Amino acid sequence: MTGFPILTVMIALPVVAAIACLFMSAQGARWTALLTTFALLAAGILLWLGFDPAGAQWQYVERVDLFGRFSWALGIDGIALMLIVLSVFLMPICIGASWEAIEKRVPEYMAAFLLMESLMIGVFAAQDLFLFYIFFEAGLIPMYLIIGIWGGADRIYASYKFFLYTLLGSVLMLVAMLWMAREAGTTDIPTLMAHDFPVQAQTWLFLAFFASFAVKMPMWPVHTWLPDAHVQAPTAGSVILAGVLLKMGGYGFIRFSLPMFPQASAELFWLVMGLSMVAVVYTSLVALVQSDMKKLIAYSSVAHMAFVTIGLFAFNRQGLEGAMLVMLSHGLVSGALFLCVGVIYDRLHTREIARYGGLSDNMPKYALFFMLFTMASVGLPGTSGFVGEFLSLVGGYKANSLVAFVATTGIILGAAYMLYLYARVCYGKLDKPDVAAMPDLSKRELALLAPIAIAVLWMGVYPESFLKPIRRDIGVVVARLEQTGFQGDAHVTAGKPSAIPAAAAHEGAHH
Amino acid sequence: MSLVQSLALTLPELILTVGAVTLLMVVAFVGDQATKAVSWAAVALLAVASLALLGPAGHGGAAFDGLYRADSFAAFAKLLIYIAAGTTLIVAPDFFARNGNVRGEYPVLILLSAVGMGMMVSAGDLLTLYVGLELQSLAAYVLASFMRRDTRSAEAGLKYFVLGALASGILLYGISLLYGFTGTTAFEGVAAGFADGLSMGEMFGLVFVMAGLAFKISAVPFHMWTPDVYEGAPTPVTAFFASAPKVAAMALMTRVAVEGMGGATDAWRQIVIFAALASTILGGVAAIGQTNIKRLLAYSSINNVGFVLFGLAAGTQEGVAAVMTYLAVYVAMTVGSFICVLQMRDTDGQPVETIASLSGLSRTRPGLAAALAIFMFSLAGIPPLLGFWAKFLVFDALVAVGLWPLAMIGIATSVIGAFYYLKIVKTMYFDDPAPAYAPMESKVEGGLIAISALFVSPLGYLAIPALGAASMAAARALF
Repeated sequence: MTGFPILTVMIALPVVAAIACLFMSAQGARWTALLTTFALLAAGILLWLGFDPAGAQWQYVERVDLFGRFSWALGIDGIALMLIVLSVFLMPICIGASWEAIEKRVPEYMAAFLLMESLMIGVFAAQDLFLFYIFFEAGLIPMYLIIGIWGGADRIYASYKFFLYTLLGSVLMLVAMLWMAREAGTTDIPTLMAHDFPVQAQTWLFLAFFASFAVKMPMWPVHTWLPDAHVQAPTAGSVILAGVLLKMGGYGFIRFSLPMFPQASAELFWLVMGLSMVAVVYTSLVALVQSDMKKLIAYSSVAHMAFVTIGLFAFNRQGLEGAMLVMLSHGLVSGALFLCVGVIYDRLHTREIARYGGLSDNMPKYALFFMLFTMASVGLPGTSGFVGEFLSLVGGYKANSLVAFVATTGIILGAAYMLYLYARVCYGKLDKPDVAAMPDLSKRELALLAPIAIAVLWMGVYPESFLKPIRRDIGVVVARLEQTGFQGDAHVTAGKPSAIPAAAAHEGAHH
Repeated sequence: MSLVQSLALTLPELILTVGAVTLLMVVAFVGDQATKAVSWAAVALLAVASLALLGPAGHGGAAFDGLYRADSFAAFAKLLIYIAAGTTLIVAPDFFARNGNVRGEYPVLILLSAVGMGMMVSAGDLLTLYVGLELQSLAAYVLASFMRRDTRSAEAGLKYFVLGALASGILLYGISLLYGFTGTTAFEGVAAGFADGLSMGEMFGLVFVMAGLAFKISAVPFHMWTPDVYEGAPTPVTAFFASAPKVAAMALMTRVAVEGMGGATDAWRQIVIFAALASTILGGVAAIGQTNIKRLLAYSSINNVGFVLFGLAAGTQEGVAAVMTYLAVYVAMTVGSFICVLQMRDTDGQPVETIASLSGLSRTRPGLAAALAIFMFSLAGIPPLLGFWAKFLVFDALVAVGLWPLAMIGIATSVIGAFYYLKIVKTMYFDDPAPAYAPMESKVEGGLIAISALFVSPLGYLAIPALGAASMAAARALF
């Protein structure tokens, strides 16, 4: 496609707006940021509408050989499209969430967020190995500043931990990328996805990429930066961290690790599944005993991300599609949950669960939204959480029943810690005077939560909208994985067609 | 080749030598009030010398029977040296004026040092190498103690001199061993002598030469002088030390290793790899506890030299090209950082050097803080800043020759370094404001900061094709 370079515009526009923000007053910066993110949301919707699921695998392709060794190559498939849409959808909400909560150094704050948005779109749109790496790594700088400047009391420790953890993971990936570019003679990601690397090298390459994506994801035991970063980050920072940045790890697996190193992926099946199983059970248990709301949701993120890795490494269609949906759903739900925490934090300035209670009496609207997102996080049918987790588990079951068994206990534990949280915050006696004095959701807060609620229900009721663009691209990855000859232990075979006519069978169902 | 032709190839050195002597006369007769004019004249001379590189002096080949090389490698290094020297000349007069140390000899010494550095990078013979190195060093010893009444400055000069003399001795000893065992001091002759295997004597010569050069680039374990000298010397001089002589010594080391000892790559690679790893690790770890910004930048330069050495360790044309690109980016980052340090003065105009005084700079001086943050992130090698590209090339060269385990370790050490660069950013952006610095007096300095910050910003990536081609051409001259 040689049309309008919409992806370049989507990357460049926030950068320009970010620079402009720096020279504005606080209010000017707020409006600039809001309008820019809305413009990008519009562009994202245009992308979605213009994306043809039956068309070329890579659409909106752009390529300019600007940098000699690597090029400005952009293009998206369905997987990237959905993640870009998720990013541009969450961004205006983040700006809105910071409208009043952030009072100091507003222009810089808005600039950092816009920069972040540009880099996120860049990560998902990059079609060149090194361009991807640059966007992937560059995101550390604005996030470091967001946590460090506008974060809570322990923000400096958290910002260092976030930066150095992720940096250490990523640099190893860089060396692997250098090797791959030499071996394959190209830096073009679509070409590399079809390149068969020597089986022996694949293991090393896989581990190097794993170091980066596992930290980003984050997987147990390298998840410890996440609770710290979440607790200290401002609300909008947590939303973007949980909503989009964690997805970069999953995106990395599905874009690089699985199609580029299929043999190694199959070989290291138990490594990933083992870590994921520990994560599901262990971090859920840890979440159960948290007294800080943000920490609880942060640990629940680790558990949910383990469903993503279980789905991904099931190596079948259900698993991969489920992993994508869990990512999208978790992006919405955890973002919304952090917003819910932010709402009451702005009123009482504490995240201590025990300080609240009985909110359903004086904040009924809030309690309703919080309930919806809690249910979505638990995976109640009808919400987005159910579809993704169900598919992931079906995929996981086909791959290995033990994995599916352990992972399913995570759903029960998930219900336990989320409902326990909800009960402690919203039910009980409204006996604390300062809690009782808290007003219900303002119009602005309603406007932030309502769109997410709609999206959560939409994905829960009609997931086809979200599955359609990714179906073919998941198929491509699954086809790459077939060469490994990986066989699950389920040995699912098609049942014998019944002799009873369809009408009789229908009647039979009513016995 | 006739004498005239040979002289034509050394045109940049001739221009600078004659110019330096003339300016010395001017200073002697007019006095110190001519300093500003002499400084600008010296900058003009450096510019003319750079232009001369376009002629035969840039790619004319060997002069004086191989004692001197005018190839594109030398031209690339000289251009960097002249730019670095010129920049540190421009920022110096205001600094010395504030301290009452205005002396007209400063630009002259810088020019003479530039002549020496030009000789170093053009050396085709161990003796040209030594003469160039000493000319550069002698000027540098004086520059280090330029603020005569300041005890730290005097101490820096003395320390630099004593340790520099020791290093020169080591180097000379190595040269004499090489001469003794190969029968020649020409790089080509030494390479021919190495071709039939490395004798014990040749090996000793190689080790001593490398050790002497490692001192000049301040690679670990010959780095001890660096923090003290960088801290004690006047800031513009430190900026100069950290940039131009580093480029010259690094280019010299590359040429000696590749041209003179190309046959013994495996022997010197071990030394280079050790020095590289030791420098990146020690440069990273030792910097963490520093409270003085100049000492911190000294460790940062040790750290960066380590990364440059990784490029040399590859020993290939690509590796050398990576070294050259790295040096170009390094000069911009380092000179930029030091000009930022020059802006650190209290309201009385006295220089402040503590890192703590940077607290909250982003609120009192947002532009300066942003520039320094760009330099710090770039020095740490975080994309999308240009410092990342430099590291990228170095490790790419290592991976290309199959040294990927080394690349893994090397790149992991860069994370250690990232910690203290982050500390500076943290101090400027996260901490509460300290008393503000005096406002910037010179538009020129602001402009220089802006130019170097733009070069290392993502915009600098547009320069990659040109920079890459020039580096490759420079590297090709050695192979």
